Amino acid sequence: MRVTVRLFARLRELAGTGEIPAEVPEAATIAAVWDEVVRRHPPLAGHARAIACARNARHARSDTPVAEGDEIAFLPPVSGG
Amino acid sequence: MEPLRALTSAPLDVAALVSAAAHAADQRAGHIGAAGALSTFVGTARGRTAGRPVRHLEYEAYEPMALAALERIAEEVSESWPGVTLLLHHRTGQVGPGEPSVVIVATAAHRAEACAASRYAIERLKQIAPIWKREVLEDGASWVEGATADPDDQAARAEARRRACA
Repeated sequence: MRVTVRLFARLRELAGTGEIPAEVPEAATIAAVWDEVVRRHPPLAGHARAIACARNARHARSDTPVAEGDEIAFLPPVSGG
Repeated sequence: MEPLRALTSAPLDVAALVSAAAHAADQRAGHIGAAGALSTFVGTARGRTAGRPVRHLEYEAYEPMALAALERIAEEVSESWPGVTLLLHHRTGQVGPGEPSVVIVATAAHRAEACAASRYAIERLKQIAPIWKREVLEDGASWVEGATADPDDQAARAEARRRACA
């Protein structure tokens, strides 16, 4: 199934893009989506630490299963203000 | 009239936002002069970092989620200080030294609630809003990284409240 991955800030720069369509198996988790993104964008390897994730713009744990058409976002530590 | 919560790529007009917050408080109370106190926090782009000149800052947001975070902060403020009306606007894009990057206005009948709510809001914004800042210097740029965003982290929320009420 297909999901859309969103990357921000440092992660977006490392990958060279902020939006990535990704193909993952049925019942894949957010962690599996991350692995797929790292496989396609190796500079992201080793950057999972301290990252928060979101499913359809809501915070989610990395063991959350994803569904067809989901938007999965990986958020580096925030620095607004 | 300005919305109470917003992300915007346009410059922030502090005076207009203070008026908007006062107006919203009046609307809510049904009379003029509802806010006996308005506490305004303005965060601006620093012109130096570790002694080195900053050309400008660049702000990036995951907009739907960032806006939801600002709404959540307003809800938390309402829980702790029920009479407070909170305005919270944050910039995106390029912000030059001295320009506002964030404006918070908390209105209340009295100063204690207004000041505490305003401080709480900026502490929470720094903890949970999916917004990122990049410092662009004369000779390079780098992302600033603070907290790992977790709105349900009760210890972080308690710490924001402790700072607000110190």
